[in-house]
Amino acid sequence: MNPRILVAIVVAVIGIAPQIAPPFYVTLLNYIGLYSLVALGLVLLTGVAGQTSFGQAAFVGLGAYTTAVLTTQYGFSPWITLPIALGITLVIGYVLGIITLSMGGHYLPLATIAWGISLFFLMGTIESFGGFTGLTGVPPVSIFGFELLKESHFYYFIWLVVLAALWCVANLLDSRPGRAIRALKQGSTMIEAFGVHPGRMKTAVFVIAALLACISGWLYAHLQRFVNPTPFGINQGIEYLFMAVVGGATSVWGAVLGATLITLLKTWLQDLLPQIIGEAGQFEIIVFGILLVVMLQYARDGLLPYLQHFVPQAKRALPAAADRLQHRTMPVADSPVLDVNTARKTFGGLVAVNDVSFNVNAREVVGLIGPNGAGKSTCFNLISGALDATSGSIKFMGQELIGQTASTISKLGLARTFQHVKLVATMTVVENVALGAYLRGTKGILASALKFNREDEAAALAEAMRQLERVGLAAHAHDAASSLPLGKQRIVEIARALASDPILLLLDEPAAGLRFAEKEQLAKLIRGLKDEGMTVLLVEHDMDFVMGLVDRLVVLNFGQKLAQGLPEAVQADPAVREAYLGA
Amino acid sequence: MSDALLEVSDLHVAYGQVEAVRGVSLSVPAGKIATVIGPNGAGKTTLLGAIMGLLPSHGAIRFAGDRIDGKDTEALVRMGMSLVPEKRELFAEMTVLENLELGGFARRRAGESRAALANTLEEVFALFPRMKERQPQLAGTLSGGERQMLAVGRALMGKPKLLLLDEPSLGLAPLITRDILLTITKLGETGLSVLLIEQNARAALQTADYGYVLETGELSLEGKAVDLLHDERVIATYLGKR
Amino acid sequence: MDFSIAALLTQDGLTNGAIYCLLALALVLVFAVTRVIFIPQGEFVAFTVLTLASFEQNKLPGTVWLLIALAATVLLAEIVAYRKEPGRMLRAMAASALPCVIAAAIVWAVFAMQAGFALQVAATVIAVTSMGPAIYRLAYQPVATAPVLTLLIVSVAVHFVLTGLGLLFFGAEGARTSAFTGSTFALGSMNVSGQSLLVYAFTVGLVVAMALFFKYTLFGKALRATAANRTGARLVGISPNFAGSLSVTLAAAIGALSGLLIGPITTVYYDSGFLIGLKGFVGAIVGGLASYPIAAGGAIFVGLVEAFSSFWASAYKEVIVFTLILPVLLWRSFTTTHHEEE
Repeated sequence: MNPRILVAIVVAVIGIAPQIAPPFYVTLLNYIGLYSLVALGLVLLTGVAGQTSFGQAAFVGLGAYTTAVLTTQYGFSPWITLPIALGITLVIGYVLGIITLSMGGHYLPLATIAWGISLFFLMGTIESFGGFTGLTGVPPVSIFGFELLKESHFYYFIWLVVLAALWCVANLLDSRPGRAIRALKQGSTMIEAFGVHPGRMKTAVFVIAALLACISGWLYAHLQRFVNPTPFGINQGIEYLFMAVVGGATSVWGAVLGATLITLLKTWLQDLLPQIIGEAGQFEIIVFGILLVVMLQYARDGLLPYLQHFVPQAKRALPAAADRLQHRTMPVADSPVLDVNTARKTFGGLVAVNDVSFNVNAREVVGLIGPNGAGKSTCFNLISGALDATSGSIKFMGQELIGQTASTISKLGLARTFQHVKLVATMTVVENVALGAYLRGTKGILASALKFNREDEAAALAEAMRQLERVGLAAHAHDAASSLPLGKQRIVEIARALASDPILLLLDEPAAGLRFAEKEQLAKLIRGLKDEGMTVLLVEHDMDFVMGLVDRLVVLNFGQKLAQGLPEAVQADPAVREAYLGA
Repeated sequence: MSDALLEVSDLHVAYGQVEAVRGVSLSVPAGKIATVIGPNGAGKTTLLGAIMGLLPSHGAIRFAGDRIDGKDTEALVRMGMSLVPEKRELFAEMTVLENLELGGFARRRAGESRAALANTLEEVFALFPRMKERQPQLAGTLSGGERQMLAVGRALMGKPKLLLLDEPSLGLAPLITRDILLTITKLGETGLSVLLIEQNARAALQTADYGYVLETGELSLEGKAVDLLHDERVIATYLGKR
Repeated sequence: MDFSIAALLTQDGLTNGAIYCLLALALVLVFAVTRVIFIPQGEFVAFTVLTLASFEQNKLPGTVWLLIALAATVLLAEIVAYRKEPGRMLRAMAASALPCVIAAAIVWAVFAMQAGFALQVAATVIAVTSMGPAIYRLAYQPVATAPVLTLLIVSVAVHFVLTGLGLLFFGAEGARTSAFTGSTFALGSMNVSGQSLLVYAFTVGLVVAMALFFKYTLFGKALRATAANRTGARLVGISPNFAGSLSVTLAAAIGALSGLLIGPITTVYYDSGFLIGLKGFVGAIVGGLASYPIAAGGAIFVGLVEAFSSFWASAYKEVIVFTLILPVLLWRSFTTTHHEEE
């Protein structure tokens, strides 16, 4: 069965439900819709981007109270309060994100706990907000003069919004910014090297989650026509997170699944537990807490993957390879590309790179070699911008690289691979490669969510396919990146680097851990790239691998340059022999 | 070998899809020094991590005749194995003395007396007089060579039967490397069994009794250390075959 | 505001701040050793007050049932975990479930014998402390290597469970314990309550005891070693589970002692622990969840802010205290350098 048919069935069920279900279930479905919106934001934030928030209920409250106060006390139309509420949420979400997201992953959730509690007490304290008794008389929403007074009418409004939100978020995840968001969990080094600003991206995701919660709150206020602080407390914030965890982040539908299961479970438990215990009270939190712990211990990806098991994955057509993006002008052969001059890096008292100088010219393959601990990787990181040199100069195409961020360096035309392969395991090979073309695309989050990015997206995927064909992995385009053997993963990394249209390709220990045949293939590929006019600097420890491959070698030992020159001459150098075999 | 203290047979270690160690079998006879040499990326550190229970692996590992694969690192420490890891893994914010005292943690918990530990401490100080001078200093402020001494000293505080050393020469100047390896020779003479992992092939083979060459996760050569020292294939492994 | 009011508020602020300070130290300890942000810390405080109050009201504390429930769950978990190794199963049960069983027996015995105040206090502290190993075993040990974020969500779930169990076993009514002392002393023109002095003395004593524990004892050093370098600790034979369990148990003990101090000052409900614990958190975050002295200073500052804002804008007390975290985080984000996690 085609998954599209499944989606159509789900949409049809949602459409018919209020006609056949008793009113109690319509109310329940309304709540499920409202919760799904909030959970959707958390699926994006927690499941995809690897951040979390316990304060989503406060954003729901912000949406609800903004519209309740402005409509009841100032006579605003709900359609005007919505953009106002979204605007306030955007500012608060942005400020919270900017403050916390540049630090460790646990500061955002802690800040959201504090923010959730503050707002809860604020809502309950301010007199014009009606204190803990709340505000009544919130007007209904009217669409083209039709007032949505009945729950079964509002139902369609809520679920239209939910389906639109699901569509937008699914679009977003399958786009240029979406691939960057999906790569956030990997850590920042890799995405920075392709021009993504991780802090900004995380903040954007947090703001999106907050906006979805705000919309849910706005809907809630006009559904209930009454607000008080109780549903916006920290416990509800935790329950939202619970929905996202239970549903799982493998698809946007996880949000709907989580919201449905938790809402039904809560309704059932609130009936059942007081009967067993013989007292009224929020005993369901015991069950919720235990379930959450068990889920995190045994099924961290949520329940959706178990259901997806029964749904066949859609077979997507391979994009045709095409060259539709702008190119840089490549330097002419033998013109200077990289000039490292007395570069130095110290860590505390330790001198890792000690006044090293060397250069790379256009269309050359240069090997930077040395035994373990010689300072090769540090040197490499200085060039790629992952580390800042203590002193000296590193010029690329005449521009100073020291002090520049990895993302600026990437813009100048320098692309790298990683010693420990950094592919996004949850993305396909072609998506991973398309991430390399990030800076060559332009469409942002909003355009992608609304699918105004078709041209941009098609060009990026066509470029990714072109690079996969270039390296000979086109057949694996739709495989999960993690399913490939190491040798192929390294070649995918090279394709990803090529997708950024680099002038200089930096390869970090490309042969480490490869088998003999894989090394042969890799060497052949690098030779082919050189013939096509690429300039390559590779860091290696494997002499055997570099010998027949490079034009020149630079040897480091104890952070200093030990020798440089033609491979054979370097190999015969007694100092090099000693460094490699030991004294 | 029946008198082997450590015996590894057909060991496999994988990181996800990537198999870093493929079917390695080796043994360390009681009272001898064995070495595994090989270029960077060959899987040497992975091999030690698996033996010490820090990484999951497949295959049989025996220590003094008992199967130890699948056991916790802490249990292996109690049985008499000590690892000096490549990254040293010292307690940087604690003093040299505290680092050494903690080296005896498993023995203290097993009920050994303070006096017994104090004796071992004196032995370590005799081996590394520099550590005696640096007692109150924080481990994080030591030089590279001193850190290595402290890491070895901390391992010795556990009175191990088998000492596993991962690249003790890494990042150290040649003179300090020589000192450290001389110390290892000395320890070998006291009857301690040692498994030495090194990239510095010549120094390692000069120190050890028996050697193995590891290349991309598989053993390519083995033999008496003196024989390997002059083997053309060892030189080729390091400097390229062409 | 005149001097006497300021002095009174300062005294109040320092008293609460001292208690937050103890909680902040416990939170830093647990985070340093296990990377767990220990949200349920406040529940230990609430359970202590409610247990002691039950004793005082001559009721069997619900703690007995709470301990038995925990012990039963742990036994079940150990049976599942070690079904093939009976020897290890028994040892594991002894470590994580036995303390709960013994503590339940002690609480019951103290109640049944109508023992005096001192024994009631001792039984309460033992009961709450013995929850530490069980909670670590059930919630954290199976996910000990998970990312900080997962551990944080687990913490929030544990907070949920404990709050719910608090309601189940102690009921919704609040309680206050009787003061240890009712005396007041004149210090110049102002009165200092004996209870406040007791809190200060107790806090200072506990901080000194903790410092000595970390500096001189084998277990204290083992905890510092685990915090400094987990792999290094394993290599000398310190099991991460042992260290984790020990740190959570210490946190429970500190929570219990804080509960003794706060009981006579505030009415505590089954769910009061959360807010109390979070105020310790604001302090701990000032110290970046890493520095004990800065965390302690931050917590005392939180107490003072709370006291003074309750005078100027009492309705906004909580809002002010929790909004305080934002400038603190802003300041930290400027002073800490960014580094890759995990």
